[in-house]
Amino acid sequence: MSPLARRRGANGSAAPTAPPAAVPEAEAYPLARVLRDDATADPAEVTLSDAELVALYRWMVLNRQLDERMVGLQRQGRIGFYIGSIGEEAAVFGTASAMAEQDWIFPCYREHGAALLRGLPLATFVCDLLGNAGDAMLGHQMPCHEAWRPGRFASISSPIGTQIPQAVGAAWAARIRREEMVSLVYFGEGATSSNDFHTGLNIAGVHKVPVVFACRNNGWAISVPRERQTAAATIAQKAVAYGLHGERVDGNDVLAVHAATRRARERALRGEGPSLLELVTYRLEGHSTSDDPRAYRPPEEVEPWRKKDPLLRLEAFLVKRGALDAAAGARLAAEAREQVQRAVQEAEAHPAKPPLETMFEGVYAEPLRPQREQLEELRRALADDPRVAGGRGT
Amino acid sequence: MPTYNIIQAVNDALKLEMRRDANVVVLGEDVGKFGGVFRATQGLYEEFGSDRVIDTPLAESGIIGTALGMALYGLRPVPEIQFADFIFPAMDQIVSEVAKYRYRSGGQFSCPLVIRSPYGGGIRGGHYHSQSPEAYFLHTPGLKVVVPATPEDAKGLLVSAIRDPDPVLFFEPKRIYRAAKGEVPEGEYAIPLGQARVTRAGHQVTVLAWGAMWHEADQAAREAEQEGIDCEVVDLRSLAPLDLDTILGSVRKTGRAVIVHEAPRTCGFGAELSATIQERCFLSLEAPIARVTGFDTPFPYTLEHEYLPRAPRILRAIRETVRF
Repeated sequence: MSPLARRRGANGSAAPTAPPAAVPEAEAYPLARVLRDDATADPAEVTLSDAELVALYRWMVLNRQLDERMVGLQRQGRIGFYIGSIGEEAAVFGTASAMAEQDWIFPCYREHGAALLRGLPLATFVCDLLGNAGDAMLGHQMPCHEAWRPGRFASISSPIGTQIPQAVGAAWAARIRREEMVSLVYFGEGATSSNDFHTGLNIAGVHKVPVVFACRNNGWAISVPRERQTAAATIAQKAVAYGLHGERVDGNDVLAVHAATRRARERALRGEGPSLLELVTYRLEGHSTSDDPRAYRPPEEVEPWRKKDPLLRLEAFLVKRGALDAAAGARLAAEAREQVQRAVQEAEAHPAKPPLETMFEGVYAEPLRPQREQLEELRRALADDPRVAGGRGT
Repeated sequence: MPTYNIIQAVNDALKLEMRRDANVVVLGEDVGKFGGVFRATQGLYEEFGSDRVIDTPLAESGIIGTALGMALYGLRPVPEIQFADFIFPAMDQIVSEVAKYRYRSGGQFSCPLVIRSPYGGGIRGGHYHSQSPEAYFLHTPGLKVVVPATPEDAKGLLVSAIRDPDPVLFFEPKRIYRAAKGEVPEGEYAIPLGQARVTRAGHQVTVLAWGAMWHEADQAAREAEQEGIDCEVVDLRSLAPLDLDTILGSVRKTGRAVIVHEAPRTCGFGAELSATIQERCFLSLEAPIARVTGFDTPFPYTLEHEYLPRAPRILRAIRETVRF
C-alpha cells in the first residue's frame, strides 16, 4: 500500500476534495479567421496586395514541392532524414512574412520555409540535407538543422524548447542596444511541456521583451497527442499565467496568421510585451521520415484536415479574387518541382564530404591544442591506412 | 597597488569591463540592487542601471538561455549562477546549446558569454552549496573553464574571459572569496587564458592544483620542504585551454606528479591529467601519478573537512610519491 493510500485510510478513500477551479474554455479564445469557407475574406483584414498574396502562395507551393521531393530523396537513401511541414505552410509563411527584415527568427525544426524566405538558397538548403561540401554547417549537423546568419535565422536544436529563452535574450539585447528588432520564435505544442517554454515566457513577460511566441499546434508531438501534452483547453490561455497577450488563430489561414503576427509585432514594438500565438493547424504527414503515423492515429482523423489544406484555401481565395487563374495552381507546382530538381542537381554536384579539417573547425573561435593535435593524429592515421575514413555511414 | 580579496577583484574586473564596453551586461538572481549574495556585483546596478545589471526571475535554464540569445545578438553577457550546485537545471542550455552553437551553425553564429559561479566546499554549505562541477564541462568541447586561485588572477582572468570569443565557465572558489587577499594591479589588465603559473620551483615532485586547492597544495609544499622534499607547485588557472607545456615540462623535470582537486575522483579532471601525463611523460616518470581528491560520495556536510583534500593529505601523497 502506498503511503498516500495509508494516509487516506485502509480502503483508499480520499477525503472529498473541491472540484478544480474553472479553467478558461476554448470559447474564451475563439479561432481567429480571415479566409471564409466560401473563399472570400473581409476586405478590411486583407492587408497584403494581390502581388504579395500571389508571392506568398508561390512560396507555399515551393515548400510543398520541396517537402515531397525531399521525402522522396530520403526514401531513396540519398539523404538521411527529413522533417517536413506539409499542411502547416500557412503557419510558417504567415508568421515569417509578417516580420521585418531586421527581426530574428528562432526556428523549431519545421520552418525551413522561413529560412528560404529569408534568402537561404534552395541549393544550399539541399547541401545541408546532404551534409556535403556545400553545407553551410560544414557537415556538423544532421539534416533539417540549418542556420542562416545572413537571414538572421538562428540555429536549430534537437532538444525541445531551448530556442525559446534564446529568442527572448536576442530581443532583449536589441532593446538594451536601443535597436528596433522583434524575435519570432517557433515551437510545437509539445514544447509547451518543456521547462524552457515556461522560463522563456515568464522572463519575457516580467521584462516585457519584444518577442512573438508562435506555437504551431499541429495536434501531435511525434506519437503523443495534444491532450497528453496539456490539460488546458487551449495553448493560447497559457499566456494568462505569464501576463502575456494570448491569441488563437486558424493556422491554416495564412491571412489570419499574417495579420495576428503583424499585430503581435506592433504590440511588441510599442512596449506592450510579448504575445503567444497559438496557430491551430495539423500535421498531415508523420513527424519525420523516421516515423509512420499510421501506427498511432486513425486515417479518419487526418482526412477532414486535408480539406482544410492551407494551399487549397489560399488558392481558392486568389482565384475567386481574380488574382490567379484556375490553372495557376498546377502550373506553379510544376515550376516549383523543376526549381527543386535544379537545386538537387546543383547540390549533388558538390563533393560528398567537406574537407577533413572542417570537423575540428568551429569548436572554438580558434582550435585549441586538442583539436590541432587530434586533426594531425587523424591525418597520420589516414595516411597509413585509408580505411580509417570508413564509408558514408549508415 | 590596492589589496583586494577575490570578491573585490571580481567586482573590479566587472566594473572596468562594463565601463570599457557598453555591450557587457550582468544578469542573474539577486545580482542587481542586492549586489549578489556574495556581493560580487555590488555597486554595478547603481552605476550601470537596470538595463545592464539585470535581476532575472529565478530560473537557471532561463538565465543561460537568455544570455545565449543576448550573446548571439552582440552583447557580452556575464550571467551569474548563484552557486555552481544550481547550474544543473541549465545543463542543457550550457552543454547542448552554448557549447555547440558555433559548431552546429558551421561557424555562422557565436555566443561569447561568461558564466560566473561560486564553487567548492569548506563553507558549511552541504552538498547543494559545495560542489565542484568543472569536469562535467571539461568533457564538453566548445566550453572554456577557468578557475582563479588569487585576487590578482581573479581580476586578470575574468577580464580575459569577458573579452574571449568563446563561452567561458568562470568558477570562483568561494571558500577563499574573502580569505585570499593580495595586491591587485589597478586599472585595466588581463591575464591570458591558457597559461598556468608555476608558483614554486622545485625538483622532486610536481603538485598540480587549481582554485582553493592551490592554497592547500602550496601549504603542503611548504611542509614538505621542512622534511627536505623539494616540490614544484603549478596553479593551472585555466583547465580549458590547458597549459600542457608547463605541466609536461614540470613533470619531465621532476619525474613525479601529484594532482589535487576537490571534486570526486572518478572521472574527475585529475583522471584526464593523469592519463595525459602518462601518455606523454612515461619515460620521465619515477613513480605512479598520485591523485588527492574529494571522495566518490555526494559532498558531506559534517565531515566536509575530512572530505576536502587538505594539506596533510596532500603531504602524505607527496611523501609516498617521492619515496616510491
